[in-house]
Amino acid sequence: MPITINSQTYDLPEDNRVTLLDFLRHDLGLPGTKKGCDHGQCGACTVLVDGMRINSCLSLAAMHDGDHITTIEGLGTPAAPSKLQQAFVEHDGYQCGYCTPGQICSATAMLQEIANGWPSDASDSLEGPMVVSGAEIRERMSGNLCRCGAYANIVAAIEDVAAAEDAA
Amino acid sequence: MSAHLKQDEPDTRNVLDGMEQGIIGQPLARPDGLAKVTGTAPYAAEYPVADCLEGVLVTAPFTRGEITAIDKASVLSMPGVVAVIDDERLTARAAQGTAGEAPEQPAREVGYFGQPIALVVAQSFEQARDAAKHLTFDYRADDLDDVPLDPETAGAEPQDGATRQGDLAQAMSAAAHSVDVTYTTEGHNSAAMEPHAAIAQWDGTKLTVHASLQMLNYNIAELADALGLQEEQVRLISRYVGGGFGSKLGISEETVAASIAAMELERPVRVVLSRQQVFQTIMRRSETKQRLRLSADKDGHLTGFGHEARVSQLPGETFAEPVLQSSEFLYAGENRLLQLEVARIHRMTAGSVRAPGEAVGMPALESAMDMLAQQVGIDPVELRLRNIPERHPSEGLPYSSRKLAECLEQGAKAFGWDSGARQPRQHRDGEWWIGTGMASAARVHNVAEARARVTLKPDGTALVETDMTDIGTGTYSIVGQVAGEMLGLPMDQVLVELGDTEFPRGPGSGGSWGASSIGSAVFVACEELRAKLASKAGVSTDELKLKDGGVVGGATLVELLDGEELSFEGHYEPGDIADDYTASGYGAFFAQVRVNRFTGETRVDRMLGAFGFGRVLNAKTARSQCLGGIVWSIGTALTESLLFDPVDGHVVNCDLAEYHVPVHRDVPDLEVIMVEERDPAASPIQAKGIGELGMCGGAAAIGNAIYNACGARVLSFPMTPDKVIAAMPD
Amino acid sequence: MKPFDFQRADRLEHAAQLCADEGTRAIAGGTNLIDLMKLQVETPQTLVDIHRLPLGRIDDTDDGGLRIGALATNTATAVHERVRREYPLLARAILAGASQQLRNKATTGGNLCQRTRCYYFTNIDQPCNKREPGSGCGALKGVARLHAVLGTSDECIATYPGDMAVAMAALGAVVEIADAKGHTRNVPVRDFHCLPGDTPWRDNVLEDGEIITAVILPPPVAGRQLYRKVRERSSYAFAMVSVAAIVALEDGRFTRADLAFGGLAHKPWQDPRLSALLLGKEPSAKLFDEAADVLLDGAQSYGENAYKIPLARRTLTAVLAEATGMEL
Ligand SMILES: Cc1cc2nc3c(=O)[nH]c(=O)nc-3n(C[C@H](O)[C@H](O)[C@H](O)COP(=O)(O)OP(=O)(O)OC[C@H]3O[C@@H](n4cnc5c(N)ncnc54)[C@H](O)[C@@H]3O)c2cc1C
Ligand code: SF4
Ligand code: FES
Ligand code: FES
Repeated sequence: MPITINSQTYDLPEDNRVTLLDFLRHDLGLPGTKKGCDHGQCGACTVLVDGMRINSCLSLAAMHDGDHITTIEGLGTPAAPSKLQQAFVEHDGYQCGYCTPGQICSATAMLQEIANGWPSDASDSLEGPMVVSGAEIRERMSGNLCRCGAYANIVAAIEDVAAAEDAA
Repeated sequence: MSAHLKQDEPDTRNVLDGMEQGIIGQPLARPDGLAKVTGTAPYAAEYPVADCLEGVLVTAPFTRGEITAIDKASVLSMPGVVAVIDDERLTARAAQGTAGEAPEQPAREVGYFGQPIALVVAQSFEQARDAAKHLTFDYRADDLDDVPLDPETAGAEPQDGATRQGDLAQAMSAAAHSVDVTYTTEGHNSAAMEPHAAIAQWDGTKLTVHASLQMLNYNIAELADALGLQEEQVRLISRYVGGGFGSKLGISEETVAASIAAMELERPVRVVLSRQQVFQTIMRRSETKQRLRLSADKDGHLTGFGHEARVSQLPGETFAEPVLQSSEFLYAGENRLLQLEVARIHRMTAGSVRAPGEAVGMPALESAMDMLAQQVGIDPVELRLRNIPERHPSEGLPYSSRKLAECLEQGAKAFGWDSGARQPRQHRDGEWWIGTGMASAARVHNVAEARARVTLKPDGTALVETDMTDIGTGTYSIVGQVAGEMLGLPMDQVLVELGDTEFPRGPGSGGSWGASSIGSAVFVACEELRAKLASKAGVSTDELKLKDGGVVGGATLVELLDGEELSFEGHYEPGDIADDYTASGYGAFFAQVRVNRFTGETRVDRMLGAFGFGRVLNAKTARSQCLGGIVWSIGTALTESLLFDPVDGHVVNCDLAEYHVPVHRDVPDLEVIMVEERDPAASPIQAKGIGELGMCGGAAAIGNAIYNACGARVLSFPMTPDKVIAAMPD
Repeated sequence: MKPFDFQRADRLEHAAQLCADEGTRAIAGGTNLIDLMKLQVETPQTLVDIHRLPLGRIDDTDDGGLRIGALATNTATAVHERVRREYPLLARAILAGASQQLRNKATTGGNLCQRTRCYYFTNIDQPCNKREPGSGCGALKGVARLHAVLGTSDECIATYPGDMAVAMAALGAVVEIADAKGHTRNVPVRDFHCLPGDTPWRDNVLEDGEIITAVILPPPVAGRQLYRKVRERSSYAFAMVSVAAIVALEDGRFTRADLAFGGLAHKPWQDPRLSALLLGKEPSAKLFDEAADVLLDGAQSYGENAYKIPLARRTLTAVLAEATGMEL
């Protein structure tokens, strides 16, 4: 079965060593997903697989046949950015920008996880309800390193979007 | 046409403040923002290049010796393998910042464990990575008993330029109060999120390399020198750089290797370092051992100031972590002894990591100052205020604009600093002791020669071109804002093109000098453009008021230009003024931490930094630089430490799982105060640097807060739980 | 990464048969195996993709316990309603580990089998008896910051790095293992991992061709459940020391004290002498200290990891104090 990426289907790579990350970056020309460590230690390669965030560097493309993958390119474009993408620009939620696609993919899924009522290490109660607080965002986003140290602005951007969604 | 300024005198005209556009300093969103958030900004390894081969570096599994033979056949028959590059021109180390020439050491002569020795090139990355692990070679390794690896026991050479003034020992023994303490700091890695990468293309006469570099103006010379080419034969492109923090100041091994391979194979070659290779082959910040001796009279006025430091470095390198840089001028004390020494050891190259010197020197100094305040029994903020010298304490130079007192005072106020008596263990929240601490910040100000071309197009828009890079610091923004302010254009009418050596040479991004230097070059070009426009408009330059694409109340730029294109290359050079003033950025940090009384874990509850760094060119990006610096302060204080194997000197924790850069959860709400300042001696745009100041002392505010919280005086950064519990009183 | 043959198992028995070959490895979430394959620490000739086998369910057992399928993701387990309510220790331990991205892929079986984070094990230019039997132990003379202080041997001082299994050990969970012939056997989590002894390459009791099918939790017990993980940074870091505890008091005396420790040994560490000491006694600072004496009796440090001995003592004290509501 082919793999679907941002609504387009592709054949899997021939070399079964190719990770999902390298498949995106090299084979498909979708370099928006970044490689920061290649070992699951930084989150730059975060993509969504059927809505769940994963580190694409620690996954073989061959294991994703039939899956639906969303990358940063699938979340928005310069002409039509997503709310989180806009909020990152507004809050300067980046500096060099290299961790940014991973942060945004991660945050997109994270807001859904909170909406699902999933707990985190920062949750006082495991049984909810779960709230979008600074402490929760920080713990839940800790799988995305930002060496530039844009954390405070990233959290502000996410809080903004969450608040707007809440109001809507 | 070109315009030149060599700054020998303070520029007190404050030209930018007299302009009409009103965008200078404004917190405008970055023009490169949408590209970054949508993943469409291309970084070095991401340019689509047809027919590109992939290279992976092979590294030495021993510490010192030489490669005697490389058996290329051991991998050439592997699937997809095209070549093994073991050319003599391969480099063994990264060039130091501003070297302007290639590192001398050949790759075959091994000086540290993990040094690159060859490049394996294959059709695909997977093939190259596997083959690189299979390359066999012969080598002669020196007996490790003969190889110095430990900075503690290796012999050390004193560095030139020590300061000796008066009699420190005498001052210490005569003083009402004195502190004599030794701090240690561990090695750091820049750990920029984008690993070092290059794609090299050779068309037979010209080499084009997309690389991840901070200083193209020097890098082009370094690469040309490494390859035996003329600079005209090389083009470097770094439009987006995924962080540098010093690690991309000089060309590193992958760029040279990719270039040699591309020339030899006459095909494009991409080489990207693995994260482990970034840790093992680029740069480390040296660990330090620092002795601080402070003596004061009964009121806390410093009478003696001693700061001696030992750092380490590989043989053959001149760089030595300049630990004492700001200690030279920050505080008073007529009896002074400042001396740096370097131990020669065979760990990987030591080099610049964000804020070389102050990043580790200031935390040690500011911790000792906290101990002194405690002894004297005064508020640590007050101790600093009492010791701000009138003139450079050993050179006698005046200071340029200095906002240290304002930062201390405004910071203390905004933080809600309690200036009363300070005793550890006054506040507890369950298992957690809570305390506060503060420290001063200082980072020397530098400027560098810079060129930029500013072109006014007949359609009334402007184009700025320079090979200056934006490594996340906001160059795209501030360059556009300086030009827009001067030419009366909103940001979307100014196109900024950076990171290409085909453009005029900028200063490079490093040492926090980027914004003030390139901003000044743009400023110089714009002054000339304004003069031209003034004469077209029939007014004097001083009278020329430009806003929103035209003369205020007069002709539009399009009308004035009347189909003509105007272009100037601005050339800015630091002048004699550097010899007349002591120029630096200053600041103050305040932190509240909690320390777990059982486990010694420390969490920062909140932190504030107040900084004075001259004119703020963009309040949004400048604040981001400050925030980033504070995050690095947290890492220095609590988590970051390179570990080296005692047997062979290799970097043990060579990845992002075990080298702990701060994560989201380590970073609380942060507050930044940017103190209003214009420094006419710093640059004609009255700006100083901000990229590094935010981490020059912040770790001490956290360390001092740990002491205030729980009574543990930890004499070693980072203050990991093991060290905190060892120092915690029962 | 070495080239390998990639096979997809469509049935459990098929997977087990394929895995009976020495050079074959099952891959589930891949978050540990691919990591190590890139470093050529693991060099399987064949990978058997088991991630779509129907082993992902989490079901109630007849006796009121819970059966967590080997392929249930860490996330699925941590958010499972009964886990949150009745086995909060397990949810807490999982949530304290790795990152959400990793937990979304990591599986029960893979997490149990994850290999040590010893820096010398993951660097093929260094000696390591676990990776290359007989080559020596780089950590012994090197940097042993992550390493074990209990149950070590001259051959290897590595730790089991995980969190989930520490909680499972305290909960008295059992690993269900199937082989190619369709036989299953159950091994308590506390006996699943091995001590290094003179077979440091052996992490656990799985034989070639055996596949973990589930972990079975016994019916929930009364008491406070706590998982405490001490780490160098506040998230996304392995434990320096961790403590899992289920503690109950009646009339001011311990009626339950099931404890397990992470970061101290090559396996989740349990010491039956601890509950023997605590049961029936009133909590006190002195008693906690005695418990730490028992735990750390025979502990041996190797340079950089010396901190683990006082840290384990302090963390145990903190956990017992919190669990019993004592102010120390
Ligand atoms: C950066 C980073 C941080 C981490 N932090 C933590 C942490 O703090 N705490 C923590 O506990 N863990 C942590 N982990 C480890 C993570 O939890 C494990 O990688 C994960 O649980 C492994 O599960 P997997 O399904 O991906 O295993 P895989 O990688 O698929 O497999 C791992 C091993 O288990 C074997 N295996 C898998 N399933 C079975 C089965 N059903 N039967 C028999 N054998 C099987 C495989 O053959 C392989 O040998 C971290 C990992 C990374 C990369
Ligand atoms: S401690 Fe064990 S895993 Fe680490 S180097 Fe020694 S033998 Fe290898
Ligand atoms: S590149 Fe995947 S986590 Fe770093
Ligand atoms: S923006 Fe540079 S690493 Fe996050």
